[in-house]
Amino acid sequence: MTELTQIGDISDSHGATAIARPTVYVYEAPVRLWHWVNAAAILVLIVTGYLIASPLPSLSGEASAHFQMGYIRFIHFTAGQIMAIGFLFRVYWGFVGNTHARQIFHVPVWRRSFWRGVLHEIRWYSFLEKSPKQYVGHNPLAQTAMFFLYTLTALFMIVTGFALYSEGEGAASWQHALFGWVFSIWPNSQEVHTLHHLGMWVLVTFIVVHIYAAIREDIMSRQSIISSMISGERQFRDGD
Amino acid sequence: MAATETFYDVIRRQGVTRRSFVKFCSLTAASMGLGATGAVDMAQALETNERVPVIWMHGLECTCCSESFIRSAHPLVKDVVLSMISLDYDDTLMAAAGHQAEAILEETKAKYKGKYILAVEGNPPLNEGGMFCIDGGKPFVEKLKWMAEDAMAIIAWGACASWGCVQAAKPNPTQATPIDKVITNKPIIKVPGCPPIAEVMTGVVTFITTFGRLPELDRQGRPKMFYSQRIHDKCYRRPHFDAGQFVEEWDDEGARKGYCLYKMGCKGPTTYNACSTVRWNNGVSFPIQSGHGCIGCSEDGFWDKGPFYERLSNIHPFGVEANADKIGFAVAGTVGVAVAAHAGITAVKRITTKGSGSTDGGPPA
Repeated sequence: MTELTQIGDISDSHGATAIARPTVYVYEAPVRLWHWVNAAAILVLIVTGYLIASPLPSLSGEASAHFQMGYIRFIHFTAGQIMAIGFLFRVYWGFVGNTHARQIFHVPVWRRSFWRGVLHEIRWYSFLEKSPKQYVGHNPLAQTAMFFLYTLTALFMIVTGFALYSEGEGAASWQHALFGWVFSIWPNSQEVHTLHHLGMWVLVTFIVVHIYAAIREDIMSRQSIISSMISGERQFRDGD
Repeated sequence: MAATETFYDVIRRQGVTRRSFVKFCSLTAASMGLGATGAVDMAQALETNERVPVIWMHGLECTCCSESFIRSAHPLVKDVVLSMISLDYDDTLMAAAGHQAEAILEETKAKYKGKYILAVEGNPPLNEGGMFCIDGGKPFVEKLKWMAEDAMAIIAWGACASWGCVQAAKPNPTQATPIDKVITNKPIIKVPGCPPIAEVMTGVVTFITTFGRLPELDRQGRPKMFYSQRIHDKCYRRPHFDAGQFVEEWDDEGARKGYCLYKMGCKGPTTYNACSTVRWNNGVSFPIQSGHGCIGCSEDGFWDKGPFYERLSNIHPFGVEANADKIGFAVAGTVGVAVAAHAGITAVKRITTKGSGSTDGGPPA
């Protein structure tokens, strides 16, 4: 969230000015790799999860000739395990990576500058501010959305997902030992299914907002957002 | 009843041979999954243990648990009631009535302090001081607490005693409360179901009277031997689920062929019970075998997790009926429309700002 310090333009021998485009290395390679693997896993999870709750039209013929629901569930469980391992890795990287890698795991509500930043972003999105602020990492509003809509929801989905998976694996499984406590909170697993399903819609909503904000800020705030998640570098096209 | 007799004494007196007794032990041990030495332990226990006194009380309930219990075939309920346990009090089954019946409670409480089993069918309503269920002139909750004081353990029969069942469904006007929320200082074994399977009920009683301890319980307090798996895990229609073959309408080809009832709202995937293995009425059938989905009667708050005939549960945000998909689609859709509108305003603003030649905030060309 460090605000950018501007450096001057450089002129070449012909007198033409090469515009200085300050570039900061923000997203380290493991973060970028996680982002795209995770995005793919979540996309698969949403589609297969929806099909588990509302299966495709019934197939005819012998039951032994098909394994449609079995495959859909297998893909869902596999993608879920990938997402879970990715999440664990991402937490680890929050500790060993750079400061930007820690952003999605906390909201600095104790900082006055954070609240000023949130207010500025709300005004910016309400068209009340004429110029945007540029941030090296996530802006304060983005950080808040990321923490509540993504990080907490993802954690909830992983925990309830493994709890539901443990029902098939049985009471002696490690999944039940680690996540069976979910059923102490909600004894009827139908309730856990409903909450897991609502969690999916929170993630769908997050994706809509996330993609829109990334594209919009890329254009409006004159800083690279989308390509940053590929190259890792954030380029600032001009100052404010 | 002579409670100092052992089970073995009683059945020998009834003319059962030792050979038949040992056979019974082997079969019962096998059906409980007790392993090779289980039969020996069981025979030993039945030969030496005193018959356990059982007090069976009825709170806010419909007596379907009793109806189920008296239809047990393995073991026959007459063997359980007359030989294995000493059912000293059950106001629907016993001959005594009125003060004569109530005197048995006093007697058992004094004579078998800390040794009797308290089996509770139904639950106590707590609202208005418990006046929604009066038993022997007093609120049932008082009788329950009084008899629970000196009990060895409590069996919570059925969904009522275990979870609350229909009388605890929203808005629960009588504040019907499951046993474990009222009695917190005694071991409680939950045997949920509406009603529980007869053989599960007698099986639990047999286990406790035989071994003098509770069977191993799961996280919810249910006996693991009958409630560790879902209906779905052992359902004979499971291959159709895995294949993707579902009943779509009650009168379609899939219904006739016995396809999976998942889309018809079957709660088998979220219901822990032994219906798909033990079945009902001496193993004749169970709901899914009869072509109807499981309604999840042995689960917490199953009346409020409906509809019974749809896969997704109704949730009631702001008093409107909807399910997770309807709410999620509405929220994501609204956000999507808002995003599109925001993008539109952004584009218009950008064009107008550029057109007016303003330099503040507008990027250089």
